[in-house]
Amino acid sequence: MDLTALTECLSSASCMVTQVTSGFIIGMLLFLVAVGLTLIFGVVKIVNFSHGVFYMIGAYVAMTVYQATNSYAAALLGGALGACGVGIIVERFIMRRIYSANVLMQLLVCYALVLIFDDLVKVVWGPEFKAMGMPEAFRVPPLFIFGGVVPPFYLFLIAAALVIAVGLALAINGTRFGKTVRAAAHNPTMVSALGINTGLLFTAVFGLGCLLAGLAGGLAAPVRSLTPGMGFSILIESFIVTVIGGMGSITGALVGALLIGLVRTFGALGFPLFTEALMYMAMAIILIVKPTGLFGREGT
Amino acid sequence: MNTSLRKDFAFALAGFLALALLPALTSSTALLDFVIRCAALGLFATSLNLLVGYGGMVSFGHGLFFGLGAYSFGIIMQRLGMPIPLAILVTVIFSGLVALVVGAICVRLTEIYFAFVTLAFQMLVHSLIIALSQFTGGDQGLRGGIPRPTFFGINLADHSQLYLFCAGLLVIGLLLMRHIVSSPFGYTLRMVRDNAKRAGFLGINVYRTRLTAFVLAGMFASLGGVVMSLFVSGAYPEFAFWTMSGEAVFIVMLGGTAAFLGPLVGTVVLLLLNDYVTRIAEHHGLVLGLVILFVALGLRKGLLDYVMDWRAARRIRAEEAHPVSALKGD
Repeated sequence: MDLTALTECLSSASCMVTQVTSGFIIGMLLFLVAVGLTLIFGVVKIVNFSHGVFYMIGAYVAMTVYQATNSYAAALLGGALGACGVGIIVERFIMRRIYSANVLMQLLVCYALVLIFDDLVKVVWGPEFKAMGMPEAFRVPPLFIFGGVVPPFYLFLIAAALVIAVGLALAINGTRFGKTVRAAAHNPTMVSALGINTGLLFTAVFGLGCLLAGLAGGLAAPVRSLTPGMGFSILIESFIVTVIGGMGSITGALVGALLIGLVRTFGALGFPLFTEALMYMAMAIILIVKPTGLFGREGT
Repeated sequence: MNTSLRKDFAFALAGFLALALLPALTSSTALLDFVIRCAALGLFATSLNLLVGYGGMVSFGHGLFFGLGAYSFGIIMQRLGMPIPLAILVTVIFSGLVALVVGAICVRLTEIYFAFVTLAFQMLVHSLIIALSQFTGGDQGLRGGIPRPTFFGINLADHSQLYLFCAGLLVIGLLLMRHIVSSPFGYTLRMVRDNAKRAGFLGINVYRTRLTAFVLAGMFASLGGVVMSLFVSGAYPEFAFWTMSGEAVFIVMLGGTAAFLGPLVGTVVLLLLNDYVTRIAEHHGLVLGLVILFVALGLRKGLLDYVMDWRAARRIRAEEAHPVSALKGD
């Protein structure tokens, strides 16, 4: 425990800026994964325990595309579409069969998918740690905000994730697709009785969730090291985010993700050995005080 | 002692004698080691089935108690030098207390939340094991060997005595769990699984029933961990890692949740598969994943579930053919 480091940081503007931005990038990546998890759960009613796989695929594909084209925009697009494509195949051939199965079966199938894709990544990209490196466009001197060092890429990442968050919220609340999604989350049988192809809708929602996870992977690739097990750790954290924020709520996912991001960065200062433990404790406290999560509705 | 208990007792005794005679038939230590590993994982998986099969609670963090059992036993033996039976008792009670705290938070949650929050608690313990390296050895694991002082003339440093001791723990553990599931408590648990609301109306405290099952399952899982740490003479963070829970869930499903011995059969099959696959294939996860997909999507139920269904179908056929004698026969 190192409380002096924590209090020193809290009283210094430069340290605060650095810590808050790094907390935000952790939070934003978590948000993109968690929001897909929460969307899929809301509509399809399964917790996609293999969701981290799509984050991992996004990161690896983005790295490969970047190395081939040297364009980060193409890399992001490639990562997102790659994860989305694999997601749609997985949904069509595997997930579809377990929608009505019990939780045991769902967990097992997802566990199998994690094992298979982790090994496939090892086969294709090798088992060692990989690094994509910072894209050329962002290799510029860092900005100084109140004396805190902020790499421009961090700002880009935060802005990109915020744009996605706002766009997603507008799409869910305003468009026809969004309305159908909300209706299907409420009562899929009624939606299908109204002539909407729910099978296709489920695939679309699953694909969208995977697209967001892939995008998160692509955004994470320049700042994180790529390993075959990288999907699992972010999955656990994004699940904690959805528990804290409330399953099925986009706002909840955003607030929960930022909270976890800040707990991680400030926890790393004050309690370097117990950062992870702090996160789990935050979750346990929320569960005891408000089991539906901060923004969750009753009875979900 | 009623008949079913006497039958279980006889069955357990026969099982133990069969295991005890095994060293006389073969000199292969690999086979005896295999039985010890089966004992550790079999206790662990059967304890998970108390929750999954009998309680309808799919825990995805049961590896917590396996790891906790292995680490607490190892640390007690290294630091306090208690006699082994006392150390086992302390370990099991300690794990029961931890299960009480974790269970108090988790068992009121609905299915999928229960699965993931138990998983989160497991990862919490895993991260603590890594962090508290002065006690646990961190990510290197608890090394330096676990002392095995002689007690009651039993010397566990001797491989054949260790084998008998582990086989004994397996049989005793299974017998106790069998007794639990066939006790009135076991039937209450099944009732809560099938319809918690109705059980509540009948005056059963659903929360307390589930919590009791969770604590008992945690205690037996830690016994599995003790066997494992005796076998490898150490404890490693992987024991408390999520893949441990994943494997246990697969074992339970593979063997079958309806039969008491299903998880034990699942353990033997999975360990055989693991040993075989690691010998021939480099990518062990890939093969295991495909096997799980095949079992989950193709077979859709466990091996012993098929046997149970077949026996039930045969009994129905027999009753249709000879209604009177079938009645008398049972």
